[in-house]
Amino acid sequence: MIRISDLSYHHGRTQVLDQVSLTIPKGGITALVGANGAGKSTLLSLIARLTPLQTGSIHVGDLDVSRCPSDMLARNLSILPQNTEVAPRLTVRELVSFGRYPYHKGQPTSEDHTKIDAALQDFDLTPLADRVLDTLSGGQKQRAYVAMTYAQDTDYILLDEPLNNLDIAASRSLMQTLRHLSQEKGRTIVVVMHDLNYACAYADHLVALSNGKIRAEGHPSQVVTNGFLSSVFSTDAHVHHVDQVPVILV
Amino acid sequence: MTRKATGVFGLVALLLLMGVSLFVGVMNVSPKDLWHDPEAMRLMGISRLPRTLAAVIAGASLAVTGTIMQMLVRNRFVEPSTAGTGQGAAAGILIATLFFPAVPLFAKMSLAAICALISSFGFLAIVRRLPPTQPLLVPLVGMIYGGILGAGVVFVAYQADLLQYIDIWMNGEFSGVLKGRYELIWVAAAVAALSYLVADQFAIVGMGRVASISLGLNYRQVITIGLVAISIVTALTVVTVGMIPFVGLVVPNITSRLLGDNLRRTLPITALLGAVLVLASDILGRVLRYPFEIPVGTVFGVIGAVVFLWLLYARPGHAR
Amino acid sequence: MHARRLIAMGAILALFAVLYMVLGAKGNWNFILPFRATKLAALLLVAVAVSTATVLFQTITQNRILTPSIMGFDALYVLILTVAVFVLGGQGLIRLPPLAVYGVNTVMLVLASLLLFGTLLAGARQDLMRMVLTGIIFGALFRSLTAFLQRMIDPNEYAVVQVSSYARFTQINTDLLLISTILTLLTLGFVWRMRHRLDVLALGPDMATGLGERPRRGQIEALILIAVLVSVSTALVGPIAFLGLLVVSLARLITPTAQHAVLLTSAALISCIVLVGGQMVSERVLFLAAPLSVVIDFIGGFVFLALLLKGTRR
Repeated sequence: MIRISDLSYHHGRTQVLDQVSLTIPKGGITALVGANGAGKSTLLSLIARLTPLQTGSIHVGDLDVSRCPSDMLARNLSILPQNTEVAPRLTVRELVSFGRYPYHKGQPTSEDHTKIDAALQDFDLTPLADRVLDTLSGGQKQRAYVAMTYAQDTDYILLDEPLNNLDIAASRSLMQTLRHLSQEKGRTIVVVMHDLNYACAYADHLVALSNGKIRAEGHPSQVVTNGFLSSVFSTDAHVHHVDQVPVILV
Repeated sequence: MTRKATGVFGLVALLLLMGVSLFVGVMNVSPKDLWHDPEAMRLMGISRLPRTLAAVIAGASLAVTGTIMQMLVRNRFVEPSTAGTGQGAAAGILIATLFFPAVPLFAKMSLAAICALISSFGFLAIVRRLPPTQPLLVPLVGMIYGGILGAGVVFVAYQADLLQYIDIWMNGEFSGVLKGRYELIWVAAAVAALSYLVADQFAIVGMGRVASISLGLNYRQVITIGLVAISIVTALTVVTVGMIPFVGLVVPNITSRLLGDNLRRTLPITALLGAVLVLASDILGRVLRYPFEIPVGTVFGVIGAVVFLWLLYARPGHAR
Repeated sequence: MHARRLIAMGAILALFAVLYMVLGAKGNWNFILPFRATKLAALLLVAVAVSTATVLFQTITQNRILTPSIMGFDALYVLILTVAVFVLGGQGLIRLPPLAVYGVNTVMLVLASLLLFGTLLAGARQDLMRMVLTGIIFGALFRSLTAFLQRMIDPNEYAVVQVSSYARFTQINTDLLLISTILTLLTLGFVWRMRHRLDVLALGPDMATGLGERPRRGQIEALILIAVLVSVSTALVGPIAFLGLLVVSLARLITPTAQHAVLLTSAALISCIVLVGGQMVSERVLFLAAPLSVVIDFIGGFVFLALLLKGTRR
């Protein structure tokens, strides 16, 4: 469970987050949605201590994000940042190995190697293990990054717009992987998403932000309505339902 | 400030500074002495007046060629003396000194101008290949390009034991300016003045190749004319007084911020401002550590670098 | 693969070192060998300091173009030294123990670089070009200020500070060799302990934070180590603009790896080979009058230009 209370954040004169209090339940996939600039990426960065807190508090499980040593947090929570471009030329295996760094600090044990191999296996990356990242397609690259976060073996996994630049097949396969992680391995997954349809199809819990405040929260089928679209996204698109899942035709 | 006010203000400042410059130096001369002391008059004619004029001309023409270069390259952060033109000129004189030591100064000068021209064309060729989305890449590449040429010149100078000359060419200083040894710089003044006649064309070239061609301009010809003017002025300054960094960069930017970019209107102001700043730096260099002198290149290096940093971080001007 | 290349480079270095010691040595071996050994030691020290500082800087900026000397670190060291002469006077400086002068200078450089580059680095990710340009202009400003202050100081006073505008490997300031060796070894020890953290820091602040590192702290630690290494090399031979860029770029070509353990070693070996080999060839074979650093700057400048142009095409 992630508990956020009275969280505010300013960037210069702009109020990015305004007195946000929120509880993200343990297990399942939570989607953070909202219009551009609503503050969802900032919220995610604050939870992952990528951005230092200004006011308010965040607890991930029992850990206070602002007090907990960074490496201890890294064993409980992993994040896939929006911009994953890294400077060094890494092979897939090297990248995934970094996921174990919070545990071994540079001297991997045989257990670490087992987990790295397992991550490569689970994400169908074994044949690509020795390829350099630059030579991979967008979808393969994203899979490698997710495999790295997976190798970090944390209860909480945060992802910032992981579907960017992915085609429909890659997007679906990534979302199915996340669903697998949450259902079979009991991980808590928090995803910032642009595409409401993916959020409706895969999320168990949906949190909508606009102008730095939380506007709606709950199961997608209850939250996503015509009124919701006009109040949060200021659009007059219509919500339809397919197998009780809300679908927005654009 | 309007253009007229800036012009009048600049002119008054320049005249005042020229007056001061005539009477500041190691030898103490007061205006009164001129009436009865023939020695004072001689000093005036041989050293003080030439020195003052050289500073005014160098400042004005460097500022003008800086403007032209910025138009040709379409980038605000370049100037001839850091983008290879100055180093090319130095290479030219070095070659002349090494291989044709007997030829007259004018011939050496011409070789310097030709080498400066070649290296400017080289710079322009590289700039063409840079992506337009990264404007700061242009000055960066220019400085490295100039640095490589400079290192080459220094290497040859070391091998030929001509290092002390390099120092003279690379570090602008007016203390060596004497009657009979500086007159070439008047050619620079003439070139800068002539370039005013085609100021409009440089302004159009600054809008880019497509705009120039659609306005019926002979693009290549204007570029070549501009580069020739830049090379001649740079070579002449390097030979007579030595390189003064940042003048061609800082002055056009200040004018542009104050008065905008209509070259026909602003080029005279740029020239005036260049003259004022260089002359002021020279006077400063003379008085700061009296009776020793600090070269104008060093004084301007400090001032220019600070202004450059300010330009780099300040918001774009709201002038005009 | 890397191991074999590292061993090969080590062998080449050993060969060059022996050649440097014996080539053209006539007469009194008892005099020549210790004399040359001191210079060789200084060369190796400078080489390792420069390459290590460059690797560190490129890692904390996630960039392969920047180096401490391009950003004006060594110009800043010379400026600080000149300010010291200006304030204390050359005689005043002489009366102080050289160790104290060296120490104070190093501390000043550490502080100044933290202040200047620490704030600059925060903005580096947004606009790299501006940061590089700022560094170059800082370098120009520091050099101009140094020249300016030198003119303000009595020329005789200034002779006390033997720093010139080009690095000269033939006139090495060997008085400082012992303390420099100790400082460098200590610093290298810290860097080596940091090597795995550097691997993570190179991934960028977000990824590094996600993996439990503290990037800001890593940057500051690295900046301190860099400042010490730059002090060592500049105090010994003077500023060398492009050596770091040249050797680290070569190291990335010869041993392409993200592991700092390999990269640091490889860059250090290449740096030593370039300096010792270059010095041997220019001093004992070609009898060049120009200092090696001018040649290195010439070649290094081309490498920089090539990297810049290649980097933008991607």
